[in-house]
Amino acid sequence: MSTVASLSSPQRAFPIGAPILELNSISLRFGGVKALTDISFNVLEHEVRAIIGPNGAGKSSMLNVINGVYVPQEGSIAFRGERLTGVGMTPTRAAHLGIARTFQNIALYRGMSVLDNIMAGRNLRMHASFLEVALQLPRARREESEHREKAEEIIEFLEIEHIRKTPVKRLPYGLQKRVELGRALAAEPKILLLDEPMAGMNIEEKQDMCRFILDVNDHYGTTVVLIEHDMGVVMDLSDRVVVLDYGKKIGDGPPDEVRANPDVINAYLGVAH
Amino acid sequence: MIYREAGQFFTSYAQDRQLLPLRQDRIGMAVMLLVAAVAVPYLASDYWLSAILIPWLILALVALGQNILMGYAGQLSLGSAGFMAVGAFACYNLILRVPGIPFLGAVALSGLCAAAVGIVFGLPSLRIRGLYLAVATLASQFFIVWALDKFGWFKNYDTSGVVTAQHIVILGHRFSAPWEKYLVILGIVAALTLAAKNMARGSTGRAWMAVRDMDVAAEAMGLSLLRTKLQAFAISSFYCGVGGALFAFAYLQTVEPSAFNIELSFRILFMVIIGGIGTILGCFLGAGFILLMPVFLNTLFHAFLGKAIDSSVASALEQVIFGVLIIVFLIVEPLGLARLWQLTKERLRLWPFQH
Amino acid sequence: MAFFVEVLVGGLLAGVMYALVALGFVLIYKASSVFNFAQGAMVFFAVLSFVGFMELGLPFWAALPVTVVLMVAVGMLTERLVLRPLVNQSEDTLLMATIGLTFVIEGVAQLAWGVDVRRLDLGIRDEPIGWLMDATGVLISQLDITAGVVAGVMVASLALLFSRTKIGRGLRAVADDHAAALSIGIPLKHIWALVWATAGVVALVAGMLWGARSGVQFALTFTALKALPVLIIGGFTSVPGVIVAGLIVGAAEKLAEVYIGPSVGGGIEGWLPYVLAVLFLLVRPEGLFGEKIIRRV
Repeated sequence: MSTVASLSSPQRAFPIGAPILELNSISLRFGGVKALTDISFNVLEHEVRAIIGPNGAGKSSMLNVINGVYVPQEGSIAFRGERLTGVGMTPTRAAHLGIARTFQNIALYRGMSVLDNIMAGRNLRMHASFLEVALQLPRARREESEHREKAEEIIEFLEIEHIRKTPVKRLPYGLQKRVELGRALAAEPKILLLDEPMAGMNIEEKQDMCRFILDVNDHYGTTVVLIEHDMGVVMDLSDRVVVLDYGKKIGDGPPDEVRANPDVINAYLGVAH
Repeated sequence: MIYREAGQFFTSYAQDRQLLPLRQDRIGMAVMLLVAAVAVPYLASDYWLSAILIPWLILALVALGQNILMGYAGQLSLGSAGFMAVGAFACYNLILRVPGIPFLGAVALSGLCAAAVGIVFGLPSLRIRGLYLAVATLASQFFIVWALDKFGWFKNYDTSGVVTAQHIVILGHRFSAPWEKYLVILGIVAALTLAAKNMARGSTGRAWMAVRDMDVAAEAMGLSLLRTKLQAFAISSFYCGVGGALFAFAYLQTVEPSAFNIELSFRILFMVIIGGIGTILGCFLGAGFILLMPVFLNTLFHAFLGKAIDSSVASALEQVIFGVLIIVFLIVEPLGLARLWQLTKERLRLWPFQH
Repeated sequence: MAFFVEVLVGGLLAGVMYALVALGFVLIYKASSVFNFAQGAMVFFAVLSFVGFMELGLPFWAALPVTVVLMVAVGMLTERLVLRPLVNQSEDTLLMATIGLTFVIEGVAQLAWGVDVRRLDLGIRDEPIGWLMDATGVLISQLDITAGVVAGVMVASLALLFSRTKIGRGLRAVADDHAAALSIGIPLKHIWALVWATAGVVALVAGMLWGARSGVQFALTFTALKALPVLIIGGFTSVPGVIVAGLIVGAAEKLAEVYIGPSVGGGIEGWLPYVLAVLFLLVRPEGLFGEKIIRRV
């Protein structure tokens, strides 16, 4: 099932480049449970990379490792060729490196409006101290207006102008997911990690979401890593796919290649291991 | 019909962001401030100023501090009175030991002392949350009051048992009459309220609320949980400290640890809950409510029973009523009086239409 | 050395008393995930009513069941009027509601029974047992032993109730998820009634022992606040943890007061348990025996 015009246009505004993210021999355990075993793959700059696999394969864990929420027991991450040493990746470091993400179970700030959530996403670029904000000194006022403009750009891009002042907890699920995307985009990230961005959406919502993701990749050159279950979406959106099963990598390559891979087919059809 | 916003459009983000976007609100606020600053000191009796208005403003300020911590930063606290005590004693000691220090400067420094103590007792909040944090704040409450009582240095080794606060002297003029003290407090509280409002609406408030609502996402966005939480504790304690200094100097006229006990902390908590958690207006409404309730009860009893009631019965009754009100508000309108006010305003906007 | 042991034993005994109060908290929390801040006020109300009924003329063995019935009623009213309307709210909201409840119960207690201090005579002596003191130098009274035995029995039976019986399983199910428990046929209302009845009895027993020792007065509510550090150190969900934590808090408090107290003017017991609890939390956020809290992203 094709949900979106295929990505076969030869002219990309941002041609796929060198590896921006490299994961080497990542192993992650929770007590006795092995979530990830010796996973290695890379993400090329400006590409759309999908991570797929049956439930419980470790996809979310993989994403959490990438942005530092989980610390792997073994393995390393390299960003733009430089291996991250010391404490490795932490969520804050990831944010500073330009990695933004959405979460599987929507992690919006429920007490705030759509606009405030997106403005919150700009926080790394707002430097006024609390004192300047309290006294409304020029820098604070200027930053607020400047970043409001940028937030409005995103709101316009995602077509959510009509709900910008609505508290997010009042929004339907699909719109919440869109707002979460907006918050991630607000950080102007180099890498966008999307954890099942289309879960629970109907056809129209999925089409909209696909359009947004493609536009982001096309207009801003943002590298996208997404976890997704809908095969049609994966085949249409992504440049390359990683397949996980029981915490191990069983496939890595362009969508067509992966689709024909017998191991992948077995995993999805549930052949006994 | 009067309270309509039709015809008031904004052409810039700055305009959209105004504190009081509706012209009606701006006029209303101007009138209110005028009344507060001019009419009240002129017309109100000394009793009203000393016993009602002054403590109302001061306690609203402390409630503001509590609200910053609980409402915006989402950290449950039962120790606000302890930080008030720090402010009160710091102010007393500063004026005592630093000759010629200006009163307002002493008050500001007292706030900073309270902020420093707040940061120390706020450190556990990085690992603890919810109920557990509430108990940690109890630790601060009990420890601070004990320390201020036990170590005579704080009271300048005064053995009389009652430490009198010094006079409020600003620019050489002694502010001792109730209306004079009222004006000083009005100025301080108004300024700090505006500052709080600005912070809550700006990037500071967004950071607090982000950490409150979804700390994992906040971290993934680059917010430092450590800095944000400690900042909330510091600013909240600052407000409580300033409130405490004013409480001692302009209201009680004495500086004693026992005035800042756990009961006061609970009262502040009630002000925030009844007034409206996470709102600035709520602090004032809640403080007014808690202060006026005993007066109201007494009047009621006089009217119905014809005589004054026994004070222990009165205080027990007050306790029951406060407790019941807390529960009722939490069930019926958890956003407190401020929300009720907001609903009224929305009705006004539509009036005389229904919807 | 003998002095140390004496102080230690004194502390442990005080700890047993704290544990008794804390037991009520744990019970309610295990069965409904509600932290009943008002438990201390309930202890006070229970024993005050008991003494009050006796003053009104009821003999000891009549006043006892009457008070139990009263406490059950209080518990059920609480569940109906305070907890049920707030059933899906946050932990913080429920905590604040029980703080409000504390004030209500304390106020009602004083309105109903007045503010005088009462004596409670259980017929158990509270002076150090002579021969024991002569033999070992340790001061333990009949009351202490009774308290220890009672606490031990209650902890053991409650622990068994929760882990081994059908009712206990039902309680734990209800605490975890009301809707799910209902859907598999667990009688919610009966469970609530049972829980609050038990908590009421526990409160009454604790109150009686405390009252026999220090008299029935409002200050009891502050002592009850000490149960909070006990809960934190033991873990909110552990019945045996309560005893262990109670002993730790009691011992630490007394030892600190005796050995460090004089150099700082005394009064350490007022805050030490809380600071201790905070330090514990930093190292073990779920308490000694509590369940680990896992958060999924």
